[in-house]
Formats: sequence, structure tokens, C-alpha cells
Amino acid sequence: MAHYKPSGLPESNPTRAEGLLADLHLDLPLLTGLILLCGFGLLVLYSASGQDMAVMERQLIRLGVAFAVMVAVAQVPPATLRRWAPWLFTAGILMLIAVLVAGQVGKGAQRWLNLGLFRFQPSELVKLAVPMMIAWFLAEKSLPPRWNRLVIAGVMILVPVLLIARQPDLGTSLLVASAGIFVLFLAGLSWRFIGGMILTAIPVSWVLWEWGMRDYQRNRVLTFLNPERDPLGTGYHIIQSKIAIGSGGIYGKGWLNGTQSYLEFLPEGTTDFIFAVLSEEFGFIGILLLLALYLVIVLRGLYIAAQAQDTFSRLLGGAVTMVFFVYLFVNTGMVSGILPVVGVPLPLVSYGGTSLVTIMAGFGILMSIHTHRKLLPT
Amino acid sequence: MYQATLKDYLRESRLFRARAITATLIILLLLLLLILHLAKLQIIDHAHFTTLSRDNRVKVEPLPPTRGLIYDRNGVVLAQNLPTHSLEITPERVKDLDWTLQELGKLISISDNDRKRFNRLKSHQRRFESIPIRVQLSDEEVARFAVNRHLFPGVDIQAKLLRDYPLKDVTAHILGYVGRINKRELQTIDNSSYSGTTHIGKNGIEKYYEETLHGKVGLQQVEINALGRVIRILESKPPEPGADLHLTLDSALQRVAIESFGEENGAAVAIDPQTGDILAMVSKPGFDPNLFVEGISSADYNALQNSEEKPLFNRAIRGQYPPGSTIKPFIGLGGLESGVITATRKNYCPGFFQLPNHSHKYRDWKKAGHGAVDIYDAIAQSCDVYYYDLAQQMGIDNLAEYLAPFGFGEKTGVDITGELGGLLPSREWKRRSKNQPWYPGETLITGIGQGYFLTTPLQLASATATLASGGSRLRPRIVKSIRRNGEPDPRDQPVSQQQQIARQSESHWDSIVEAMIQVTEGVRGTARLIRNEHYRIAGKTGTAQVFTIKQEEKYEEEKLEKKMRDHALFIAFAPADAPRIAVAVIVENGGHGGSVAAPIAKAIMDRYLLQDTR
Repeated sequence: MAHYKPSGLPESNPTRAEGLLADLHLDLPLLTGLILLCGFGLLVLYSASGQDMAVMERQLIRLGVAFAVMVAVAQVPPATLRRWAPWLFTAGILMLIAVLVAGQVGKGAQRWLNLGLFRFQPSELVKLAVPMMIAWFLAEKSLPPRWNRLVIAGVMILVPVLLIARQPDLGTSLLVASAGIFVLFLAGLSWRFIGGMILTAIPVSWVLWEWGMRDYQRNRVLTFLNPERDPLGTGYHIIQSKIAIGSGGIYGKGWLNGTQSYLEFLPEGTTDFIFAVLSEEFGFIGILLLLALYLVIVLRGLYIAAQAQDTFSRLLGGAVTMVFFVYLFVNTGMVSGILPVVGVPLPLVSYGGTSLVTIMAGFGILMSIHTHRKLLPT
Repeated sequence: MYQATLKDYLRESRLFRARAITATLIILLLLLLLILHLAKLQIIDHAHFTTLSRDNRVKVEPLPPTRGLIYDRNGVVLAQNLPTHSLEITPERVKDLDWTLQELGKLISISDNDRKRFNRLKSHQRRFESIPIRVQLSDEEVARFAVNRHLFPGVDIQAKLLRDYPLKDVTAHILGYVGRINKRELQTIDNSSYSGTTHIGKNGIEKYYEETLHGKVGLQQVEINALGRVIRILESKPPEPGADLHLTLDSALQRVAIESFGEENGAAVAIDPQTGDILAMVSKPGFDPNLFVEGISSADYNALQNSEEKPLFNRAIRGQYPPGSTIKPFIGLGGLESGVITATRKNYCPGFFQLPNHSHKYRDWKKAGHGAVDIYDAIAQSCDVYYYDLAQQMGIDNLAEYLAPFGFGEKTGVDITGELGGLLPSREWKRRSKNQPWYPGETLITGIGQGYFLTTPLQLASATATLASGGSRLRPRIVKSIRRNGEPDPRDQPVSQQQQIARQSESHWDSIVEAMIQVTEGVRGTARLIRNEHYRIAGKTGTAQVFTIKQEEKYEEEKLEKKMRDHALFIAFAPADAPRIAVAVIVENGGHGGSVAAPIAKAIMDRYLLQDTR
């Protein structure tokens, strides 16, 4: 897609690159951050998988597909994305319902929709469709949104979140909810409203706890909040992953030298608990490096959002970036034992993960936002 | 306009920037907290965790409890745990599954069914759990694999206890079966008390008494070497085995009951009227529950599931049939107690009944009619016209009121999972569920146990037992006593009374019993075939329509396909003057209650009353 370049006007944006990257609508700082992060991730995965080349091969293919999707999405101008938003959202909701209905027939596979040639997880589409929809909806009128529009936006978030929670997939519904809420936050949701929500949540959860739950459900919540209560179940993973992290020390035990993962104390070492393997082998230094890479990506994402020229792009770009941070924080918090156990992968590092493509599509959106800006006269 | 938009644009842009900066600050703050937490783990507590990591050759393993056993009332084992060896694969630890399966197949025979079961279980279970590829290995197979074990990482032989039901189909519907815990069950069980347990009750008693049978999980700390193999046990807290159940069931009687069905299908329930003990409970055809324990192959499952005879269906507690004429003693009692009829008053039966101002003829099964009949004849010869008239005089609401205390239309509360409650129709019920008025004709057919009326064989047996005991309705029970861990003797479960039916007059009850004796003893009794010199039987035959014939058509058994034929029913208790057993039998598409169902009931009562007095 050739972009508009007025003659006679001076180049007003110094960050605007030229050449191949510009033609492909890619953003160099973001792209660099992503490639470095994925490279680091592959290094860790090689160790965590027990040097399994088959695992590496599969992960490389997935990354290739995910990057291709990112490049493809980057070609779509934000205005087009905006036009698509309500349609994508509607399609997403319909597919979530289809999954629940069809899922009851085919036991145990309620997240997937079988489209014959390939299987598709509608909740992944919804992760992007929800912030797009809310951003589209709020950008129609001037910001900050009035309360009646807030209520409608709230319903738009709640419906897919509940549908996904029914599957049941707690991790994904949390991510979808946060995506929607971040759009509201960035759109200028008043602080008084945010404070009010927090204040009402406390008595509501107390009532739910006292009267809305059975004993076994309460037990589950307690174990969820404090996994160490259940040393045979999830608590076991957390205890083991804390040992892995702590024993790594400042410099780590060295690449391929982690003992926790090799003795199979970490049952999900390549997927949700890969952060523990990294911490054990690369130590505190390795963690700082990893977090620095994530921080570069997140800050670049927020910068791109702030530079965007229309409300829709700003809200969407900002929310996509913040969700990426939520992935990181929820996963590392879980693995290091300060957050409850929710099945969220370490983004771009964990093995497999259907979310890889969605995350990269999100970055494709950010790149599109940044590279499709119109040049304003100074 | 442009001005306003531009102003808005700038304002929104500023607002967004403020929010983005706030977001950045929050993100930085959270990252800082995370880094501080990690620094605490990795720098401050480093020494502590290093020690743990070095000592981390200690693993905690669950010790699953052994499941309680199930015995019949005479101590015959009905469910036990047999030690077996199975070959299991942990998918997470196997690199090339296809290769592994192929090579394993060269050592140990693996059938297509084994493969299918493995694949199905694999998609239902977590990757780090081991899944059986072959069960019940022979000693030779165990040895052959043990020699080659080093070639198959992630594959191992597991010695474990396998649930076994020695009587197979004889007790299948009562006991139910255990099967591997599936993902849906994982959502509702307490995960830690089931860690190490692979099986859970899926049906019948195994499900109803799951908590009692399961026991409590134990723990052991084991030291492992660098390859993860256990070197020694450091500390252990033994599991508490599950409690043993002693049933009220008499397995010999159960077998007799099944055999007396011959080729026929149906259900039979025998209850001790004094205690509510279920002595026998048959649903025919049965199935082999052992097939389900290690995961049934889909071919076997489909064969069971799609069979027209529905072997998986527990007819005794879930089969809902019209009671047919077996309802007549209960309605007759209602007629006497409510004063609508007296025992001696006669009524003329011309072979049909008509409602005033209606042309429709409600036919008697005997086309020529029974002539003048009283309540004794009406029950002994099963006169329909007498009952059309009685039902019409009582009215539907009154009928329902007198039938409900016998437990019709509600679950008996038996301690077996899956019971259904039948249906006792009433004006109120029809309005609520169908939003339709009640028609007078419907009262008539309710009076002979047809129409909307539905009962389960267990309900019929329980109602018969209630009649036999003079109105004391006990909750039918299958578990007589439970022996918990550590107790030397089983402890009896209490007998629980559901209802004591208020009696207007002793003589009304006696009349009904006398009429039921006439069924088997009278010259024209419909079940005179089973009359015998050892004891007297109070019974009632019945026929339940499967297929409705038109007004002027004749029901000709020989011309109907077997599955369209009527169900044959029989209820009875004996000895009539001091009842020790109450029975309900239904033979699907059997035709006549007197000739098909009554002999089965007789066989059950013979075995119970004559065998153990000898």
C-alpha cells in the first residue's frame, strides 16, 4: 500500500523511517524489542524442554506464523480496523456462543471451534475484538464518556467475559476483561467512578463469600489465593517454582544447568512456569534483562498510542499494550508466588500457546497505527 | 464547527496523554514491586532456597486409599479390588509417541481397542498423568517389559488395584461402576483428597456412596535420585481405606429373579415390608460393568448404547411405565376409605362404560362383560368397568389424594443414584405442566392405571410393601450396614419411615388383601396359575398399553410386532397373612400379567420363602 506523501511539505516526523521497513509498515524499535525477546525465549525453551529439537522446531514455526500475521495486520490502516470493529465483535460473540453449544456435544473441548481444515479458538479473536469494539464505541462521542455510554460499554465487556468464563477459561476471561477496562480507563473514566467500583466490590464479595458459596467452592477460593494450602495440588508447583527462582541467585546456575526443571520438579516447565526455569538458570541478572526487554516494548507501545492521531487508535493501541503487560505481570506474579494461579503464559516466551498469534496481531495493530499517520502541517 | 472539533481533539489528546502517563507510572510501580519481590527470593533468601534446592530430592507423593468393598446380605462379595499390573504411558515424558506405541506392540500385544481407549483417555487427562495402554498384564508380559524398560522412557508398569465386579451383569444396575475421573468430575471433587486416586463412582451405589467408599488419602515423603526414581521412603502417613458396604440384597435371590425372566426383558423389585430392605432388584438385560473400569472401548460402548434392548438403562428405578391394573387395589382402598363404595355393593359390568351424554365407549378387557361384580370380583377378575365407575365417582383430585401417600408420583428416596419419580396425574399437574384443563375421560383411564399415570417398578414394589404392612411406608434401602475403617463390625443403617397412612377402618384394608388373595386363589382369579399349597399370595395382575388401538379395532397379540405388545405387570406380597416379601414385576412387551409376570414373582417368592425355611 503506497502511502500519501505530499510534495513540497517538509518531513514533519523525524521518527518516520524510510526504506523496506517503512514500505512494510513496520516500526523498528518495536520490531527489535520483539525479536530480541523471542530470541531470549527460544534460548530458555531449549533448556526447559530438555534440549528437545522437535519442540524447538514447532515453536519456530509458530513464531514464524505469528510474525507473518503481525506483518499482515500492520498493512491494514486503522480506519479500516475501526470499520471492522463492530463486525469482528459480533462474529466473536456468535462464535463464543457456538463454542458453548457445540462444546457440550464434544466433551472436554469447549474452547475450540472446528472449522474442518483447522481448529480455531474464538476467545483469541475476542481478546482483540473487545478493545476494538469499546474503542470504536467510545470514539463516536467526545471523551470522557458519559455514564450511560459507560453502562453500555460495561455490558459489551461483560457478555464475552462471562461467555469465556463459562468454558471455563479464567485466564482468558481475565485478559478480555482487562482489555475492555483499559480502554475505559484510557478514555478518561473518572477517578471517582473507579474508587466507587472498588468500594462496592468489597461488600459484594463479602456477601458472595458468606451466602453465595458452598464449602468446597470456598476451599477452592482459599487455595486459589494461597496455593501453599494445598501442597499436593497447585501449591506444589508454586513451592517448587519459588525454590527454582530463589536458588538461581544473582547470576543463575548457568544455561542448561537448572536442577529443578531437570529433576522434573516443575511439571509445566516449558509452558506457564518457564519463568522459573529462566530465573534458575540466568539469575537476577537474567530477570532484569528480560523485564527490560518487556519494558522497552511496553513503553514503545504506549508512546505509539500517545502519538496516534485519532481517538480510536489511541484507545486501542494503549489497551493492547497494557494487556501485554498484564500477561507479563500475572504470569511472573503467579510463578513467583505473589499472585493466584491463573493459567496465563509468559508472552512470547512460553512454549506453544494459541495466544502467540493474537499477541503478535496486537503488535501489528500498533505498527499500523504508527505507520499510517497522516502528515500534519507544522 | 471546525473550531469545536479541534478543541475537542486537543482536549482528548491531552486527556489521553495524562492517562497514558498514569498507566506508565502504575506499570513502573508494579514492575518495581515485582523486582523487589524477586530480589528478595534471589538475593536475600538465596541461601535458604539453595539449601532447599540441594535437598530437593525429597518429593511428596499421595498414597491413594483402597476403595471399600461391597457385600450382599449373606457376605458374598459383590465389588472387590484385584491386584493387577498395567502398562502406563506418561505422554509428557514420551518424545515420539507413535514410535513408542509401535515398539511396545512388538513386546506386548496391544489391540486396536487398547489404542482407541488410550487415545480417548489421553484427550481427557492432564499430560503429566500416566494413562494405561494395556491392562491386566500377565506375569510373562510384565517380565518381558521389565527387561526392556530402559528403551522406553515415560513408560512404566503400574501395580495397582482394579475394581472388579464378580457377579457381572447380575448386580450391574445396582452397584453401578467406577471409571477414570474425567475433566468434568475434576471440577467438582476436592482435588487434594483425590490426588493419586484415578477412579470414581460413576453410577448406582458406587456413585451414591462415593464419599463413604473412597476413604482418605495418605502422604509419603520419598527421596529420589537424579533420575527421579525413588530411593527410599522418609516418612509416611498411611491412607484410610474406604468403608465397606453390606447390602440388603440377596445375591442368590437376585440370580433366581434374573433367570426366571428367561428370554424376556423387564424389571423386578423385591422388598421386605418390615424394613424396606431391597432383597432383589433386577433390570434386564444387564451388562458387564467390568468393561467400564479401565475405560470401555467405543465399539463396546456403542453396542451397549445403541442396542434396542437398552441394557444400560436401569429399568427398576428409571423405567417409567403405566401401572395398568396393578393400581386397582390402591384405588379400591381409596374408594372404600372415602366411602364412595362399600365392600359388598355390586355393580353391573356390561363390557363397556359410557360417560353421561358421551357416545365414546370405554371398553372392558373382557368384551362380554363381567356381569354383577363387587370389589372382590373387580380385583380378582380385574374388571375395568367397575373401576371406570369408581374413578368417575371419586374424581381425579380425590384419586390423587388417596394414591399419593403410597409414594406414587415421587421418588422413593432409595440410596442408588439416578432414580426417577414417575407421574401421578392430577388437575393441578395438568394445568401446571401442559396448561390444559382436565377432561372427565382422563379420570376414567387413570382409574385403570393408564393415561398419564407412570410408575417405576421400585415405586410399585414400595407401594405394595406399604399395602402389605398396613400403611407403614418405609424408605427402600439397599445398604444395610456400613463398616468404617477400624471398626470390627458393620454398623446398621437406620430404617426410616416415610409415612404412616391414616386408616379409616381396619376392615377396608382386610377386604383389599382378601381381594388380592382371590387373584391367585379364586377360580376366576387372573393369576390362579401361581396358586400353591405352601403359602398364600396376595397379588394383582396388570397390563400396560404400549400402543393405542382404535375404538372399533381389536387388540390381537399375534398380529402385533413384539415391541408394540403390551407390558405385563404383577405385584404381590406373601405370605398373605404375615407378609415377609413384596414384589413388583414388569415384563416388557410380555402380554398378560397373569401368565408371564406372575410366575416370575412366584419364583422370587418361592426362593425367598421356601429355600431358607428348609
